Amino acid sequence: MKKVFGIFIAGFLLYACSGGTKENNANTTANSDAVSATDNSANPSYDPKRGEGKFTKVDIGATLDATMADAGKKVYDVKCSACHKLTTEKLVGPGWSGVTSRHAPEWIMNFVTNTDAMIDKDPAAQAQLEICLVRMPNQNLSDDDARHLLEFMRKNDGVK
Amino acid sequence: MKIIKTGLAVTVALATLLGFDSCKPKNAASAVSGDAAAKAYVAPGKYDEFYNFVSGGFSGQLAVYGLPSGRLFRTIPIYSQDPESGWGYSEETKPMLNTSHGYIPWDDSHHAELSQTNGEIDGRWIFVNGNNTPRVARVNLSTFRTDEILEVPNSAGNHSSPFITSNTEYVVAGTRFSIPMDNANGDVPINTYKQNFKGTVSFISVDKTTGNMKIAFQILLPGIDFDLAHAGKGPSEGWFFFSCYNSEQANTLLEVNASQKDKDFILAVNWKKAEEYLAQGKAQKVTTKYAHNIYSEKTHSATSTIETEVNMLDAKSLEGMCYFIPCPKSPHGCDVDPTGEYIVGSGKLAALIPVFSFQKLQTAINNKDFEGNYGGIPVVKYQSALYGEVPKPGLGPLHTEFDGKGNAYTSFFVSSEIVKWNVKDLKVLDRAPTYYSIGHLCVPGGDSKKPNAKYVIAYNKITKDRYLPTGPELTQSAQLFDISGDKMQLILDFPTVGEPHYAQACPADLIKKNSVKFFKIEDNANTYVSKGEGETKVVRTGKRVDVYMTVIRSHITPDNIEGIKVDDEVYFHVTNLEQDWDIPHGFAIKGNNNGELLVMPGETQSVKWLPAKTGIYPMYCTDFCSALHQEMQGYVRVSAAGSNVPLLFSTGKNLPPADSTAK
Repeated sequence: MKKVFGIFIAGFLLYACSGGTKENNANTTANSDAVSATDNSANPSYDPKRGEGKFTKVDIGATLDATMADAGKKVYDVKCSACHKLTTEKLVGPGWSGVTSRHAPEWIMNFVTNTDAMIDKDPAAQAQLEICLVRMPNQNLSDDDARHLLEFMRKNDGVK
Repeated sequence: MKIIKTGLAVTVALATLLGFDSCKPKNAASAVSGDAAAKAYVAPGKYDEFYNFVSGGFSGQLAVYGLPSGRLFRTIPIYSQDPESGWGYSEETKPMLNTSHGYIPWDDSHHAELSQTNGEIDGRWIFVNGNNTPRVARVNLSTFRTDEILEVPNSAGNHSSPFITSNTEYVVAGTRFSIPMDNANGDVPINTYKQNFKGTVSFISVDKTTGNMKIAFQILLPGIDFDLAHAGKGPSEGWFFFSCYNSEQANTLLEVNASQKDKDFILAVNWKKAEEYLAQGKAQKVTTKYAHNIYSEKTHSATSTIETEVNMLDAKSLEGMCYFIPCPKSPHGCDVDPTGEYIVGSGKLAALIPVFSFQKLQTAINNKDFEGNYGGIPVVKYQSALYGEVPKPGLGPLHTEFDGKGNAYTSFFVSSEIVKWNVKDLKVLDRAPTYYSIGHLCVPGGDSKKPNAKYVIAYNKITKDRYLPTGPELTQSAQLFDISGDKMQLILDFPTVGEPHYAQACPADLIKKNSVKFFKIEDNANTYVSKGEGETKVVRTGKRVDVYMTVIRSHITPDNIEGIKVDDEVYFHVTNLEQDWDIPHGFAIKGNNNGELLVMPGETQSVKWLPAKTGIYPMYCTDFCSALHQEMQGYVRVSAAGSNVPLLFSTGKNLPPADSTAK
């Protein structure tokens, strides 16, 4: 009886293994992500310039939109300043100086709105994680927040 | 691998086909049949199908389990201080435990009742009673936190509570102990019980949108003990039924003196009639004092207001509002079946279960088929209201829940079993032993119009030899039975937090989709919020020091504070800047004889600290939050009371190391 029972459980476990694990992905830890991240970085369909997320094309003006940049500063003060300086100095995360020349606008907006997926897939984000060792928190920015933030980054990088 | 998998699959299929019928229970130790484990098994990472909300008894808390796994997810503090979450320790939550007797950080919670719409569980709130210092609490099932606690005046031992009406119009509260009313002189000899002691049942209205509670009216009743209650539904909608004992009106040695009479009562209240009397101004405004505490998710803090008046309706002088139905031998459970026609009383000392008919009760009332009155309230003739009796079902019937297929499940304390019987023909269909001494039982939705009758869960008072011994005190437990077939099948035992007094369960889908993941920092209206590190500061006002602090992975701001003095009253107002699910931060400081904080993302919570000695006091995050959690720390310098060390605060200033004595 005991043996049959054991096999039954084992069979049940195996069956469960093949099931979908959608819910599990939401809450993965930094460690397990690092493993899965290595697998995904080889994915040829991934566009490291754009990153992954809803933004495929971001129109930015030749000059600064000061209103958007001001709104972006407010988002920065509440949700970003704790970890990012506006200089090149690294705090918890990298300093923001020069970020708009290091990454395309689409990449930045995808990263700040689709943080977990990008950290799991994007080679640049993974390289940064190895330095910072803290996964950037998803701060649940709206699309507008993200766009305003981008404008504030541009302002910080000297766009007039 | 594939071959092995296929081979196993065949074995599993064979095993399933052959079944496990040979493993019939032989005694208490083997009362589990072969496929029980598979029925209760929820694979790692999979969700349970039901939430089970289990009252924590004298722990004053509510535990949340998954079914069928029996896994414990959360203990929600209600009436008791909780060192893990800071509930009752933080400045924001202290007012929740305020009463007319002052701060009471404990209660004895017995019953949990999920809110309903149209007689079905709607998954919005769960109400929990406090017995000792009469209170009713409302827990919000989107945050799994206690949103409101209302004290009940003119009451003692709030036992027949917090049962609700079909649309959560009212949650009720009946006195277990009758007492002199709050506005009377209570300094009387105890043996003047019959003359001076009264009972009340309270109808607490619940706002449809906010859930906010208000005592709509109380009904003044003779001094007896009110025990349990259930609302009518369907044809009996508009009525409420309360079991009562001690109609002998004894005030000492109740185990003998309150068991003298052959029958006590079920009180039937026509609450629609009561509403009419209230609207006609027939209620007396009675002065009293009771606390009403509300927690706001906007300010992340609670307010406590002392109310001073209730509307009292006198049962004996307001005709057509209250009737007594005789019920054998100290009735305990008082349960209404899903059709609303049958009311099951359970005389805990009786050898039968009486089932009353709502229709017959109405006819009896219309024909004034009374055998007299008790305390001025008409007593309907037993036979006139009785539908029938279940003869010799077991010993010590307590509580009944229903499966919506015409069957009832009644718990028996003395004979320690669940008995399944048919409501229409009153015949016993099945019985299953419980280990040991079952109190309440629960079928998901089993007291609503639409039970979800997959399981019945037994909540046992005693476990004796069922678990590994843990000294003189042993765990209490629940037992899960599959009732999808004709026979009840025990599939799982699981230990519980505190006494699992009563519990309710509902499909997880009703609740999980509404679960709040974090609080929006933009909407945080706490007086002491810091929306971003730029707003952190330390402010001295005389001896009071307010530290506006933020936490985010993985630092505290400010993390160096100087200029605090002995005898200061320091408040750390900690805002968690995270905006993601499942990232709380903790906050603790050495030597704080108060407690710690656990701050949810986007929330602000405050803890008070009274530094008594000079020195350096480390502070840190208590909830493991990130790879650099252990780095999430800081220092507070406490100087002598008269010192002139300036107030300084900073994070990451990276000042060169300095020797303060060399300055």
